[in-house]
Amino acid sequence: MTESDTESAAAAGTGGDRPLPGAAAMATARRVFAESRLATLGLLITATVIVVAIFAPVIAPYDPTAQNIAEKQLLAPSLEHPMGTDQLGRDIFSRVLYGAQLSLEVGIIAVGVAIAAGVPLGLAAGFYRGYTDELVMRGMDVVFSFPAILLAIAMVAILGQSMVNVMLAIGITYTPVFARVTRSGVLSVREETFVDAARAIGDTNRSIILRDILPNVVAPIIVQATVSLAFAILAESALSFLGLGTPPPAPSWGRMLSDSRNFLQTAPWTALFPGLAIMITILGFNFLGDGLRDTLDPHDDTETGGSI
Amino acid sequence: MGYGAYVVKRVLLIVPILFGVSVISFGALHLLPGGPVEAAFGTRANPELVAQLREQYGLNRPLYVQYLDWVTDIVFHLDFGQSIRTERDITELLATSLPVTIWLATGGALVSVVVGIPAGIVSAVHHYEPADYVATFLAFLGLSIPNFFLGLVLILVFSLYVGLFPSSGFVSPLEDPVAGLRHLFLPSVTVGTAISAVVMRMMRSSLLEVFSEEYIRTARAKGLTRALVTNKHAVKNALIPTVTVVGLNFGYLLGGVVIVEQIFAIPGLGRLTLTAITTREYRVLQASLLVIAFLFAVVNLATDLVYAYLDPRIKYD
Repeated sequence: MTESDTESAAAAGTGGDRPLPGAAAMATARRVFAESRLATLGLLITATVIVVAIFAPVIAPYDPTAQNIAEKQLLAPSLEHPMGTDQLGRDIFSRVLYGAQLSLEVGIIAVGVAIAAGVPLGLAAGFYRGYTDELVMRGMDVVFSFPAILLAIAMVAILGQSMVNVMLAIGITYTPVFARVTRSGVLSVREETFVDAARAIGDTNRSIILRDILPNVVAPIIVQATVSLAFAILAESALSFLGLGTPPPAPSWGRMLSDSRNFLQTAPWTALFPGLAIMITILGFNFLGDGLRDTLDPHDDTETGGSI
Repeated sequence: MGYGAYVVKRVLLIVPILFGVSVISFGALHLLPGGPVEAAFGTRANPELVAQLREQYGLNRPLYVQYLDWVTDIVFHLDFGQSIRTERDITELLATSLPVTIWLATGGALVSVVVGIPAGIVSAVHHYEPADYVATFLAFLGLSIPNFFLGLVLILVFSLYVGLFPSSGFVSPLEDPVAGLRHLFLPSVTVGTAISAVVMRMMRSSLLEVFSEEYIRTARAKGLTRALVTNKHAVKNALIPTVTVVGLNFGYLLGGVVIVEQIFAIPGLGRLTLTAITTREYRVLQASLLVIAFLFAVVNLATDLVYAYLDPRIKYD
C-alpha cells in the first residue's frame, strides 16, 4: 500500500469532515479505476452483463421459453443456435441472455433487502452501543451461525418456492454482513470531532446518524454490496440448481445447469454455457469488489467472498 | 484478561448463540401452515389420522413446552425424536450421515491446503512476476466458479470421458481405503477449490508480510539462499494466519458440502437436509439444521481459540 493510497482512502472513507458531495464521489470513482486494473476489468465485465440483461429482448434471436421438442431437441451449437438447444428444444443462447436479467434482478433486490435491514441495524448498534449493540449483534451472530446457503435453502423451503421468497431468503442471509460492516464503520466515526460538533450545536441523534455518520460509512458498504452481489447471484443459481430457486419456465442459469445433468455426456453444451455465464458474472463482481476494496477501504482485510 | 479467562468467556458466549440457533431450527417447523403433520401428509390427509398423530407427537401442547421437550431430549438423551412420516429414528439418521459429511469436509479442507499453500508460496516468492499473476488469476477463477458447475465439469471429464473416478456414491475409506478415496476425490476437489483460492491469497499476503521483517533480511544478509530462507524461516510464520483461514472457511465448506453431496449422490448431512425438504419431513430438517449449525459454531470457536493461542499479538476482548 502506498502513501497516496492511505491519504486518498482517508478522504474517501472515514477521515473527511462532512458528507462527500457528488463531485468528490466522482473523483473517487475516477481514481479507483485509474489505479486498479482489476477494478477496471471487473467494471467492463459487469457493465457487459448489465447491458446484456437490459437488452436481452433485443439481442436474443428466439423466445427463451419457446419449445420445439419434435424438431430441435438437444441440437449442438450451430450458426442458427450459437449455444445449441436444450432438452425441450429451447435456444440456449436466448435463455442465457434472459438468465442474466433474472440473475441481476434477484441479486440486486436481495442485496437491497440485506442493505435495508443490515445498515439501520448496524447504525443503531454502533451509535447507541450498550444493550442495543449487544442485542443486535448477538442476533446477527445467530443468523451467521448457519452456513449461508443452508439458511437460504431452509427459508425457501419454509416460505415456499417463489421468486420473491428467493430474494427475501438471500437478503436475510446476508443481512449480518451489512450490519457488521456498518457497525464497525460507525464505531470509528462516532468519536470524530465533527460528531461532537454536531452534538454541541444541538443536532438530534437522528440527524447526526443520517447527516454525519452514514455518509462516512458509505464506502465500505459499497464495497460489501459489490462482493455480496456476487454471492447473491451465486446463491440464486445454487438454489435453482437444487430445484428451490425461481420456478420454471424462468430461464435461471442454475436450473439450466441442473437440467443438463441428464444429458451431460450427450449434450455437454447444455451445461457449459450457463455455467460459464455464472462464472464470468461472478468473476466480474469479484474483480470489481476487490479493486474497490483496495482503493476505497485499504484497512479492511476480509477476503473476497467465495463459493458457497 | 489471560488466555484461560478468554477461553471461558468464548465458550460461555457460544451458549446464547446455540440457544438462538435451536429456537430458529425449532421455530421453522412450526411456522408452516397447518403444522408438521399436515406438511408431511398433505392437506387432504384423513382428519382423524391427523388428530391422532398430533396427539401422539404431543403437537397439541403449548409451543414452549414442545420446545423444552425437544431440547431436553437432545441435550440430555441425545434423542432427536422420530420422523413423523417414516417413523425412523432421527438420531440414527444423523449418526450415519454425519461421518460422511465430515469425511467430505475434511477432504475439501485438505485439497485447499495442498493446493493453496504451495500456490501462495510460489506467488509470494515471485511476486509481481508472471507466476504471481497466473496464480492470482487462477485463484479468482477458483473463487468464481460455482461448485455445482465445477462438479459437473469434473464428472464430465474424469468420470464420463476418462473414467478415472466414480461419478457418484460414497464408500467409507475406513472399510475400503482405495474405493473410499476414489469416491471422495472429485467431491473433495469440488468442495475445496474455492477455499484453496482463499488459502492461496492468504498465504501470499502473509508470506509477503513476513518477507519484510527484519529477521528475514538478517538471514539473507548472512548469505543464506532465498530458497532456504523461505523454507526454513518464512513459511512457518506465514502458516499461522493461513491455517486459521481454513478454519474460518469451514462454514463455506459445510454449505458447499450440501450442494456437492447432491451432485455426487453422497449420503451425508446435506443430502439428508435436502431430502427432508423435498419429502417434507420437517422434524428431520430441524434436527439436521441444528447439527450443522452446532458443528459450524464449534469449529469457529475452536479456530478462534487456536488463533488466539498461536498469535500473542491478539487482544482478548
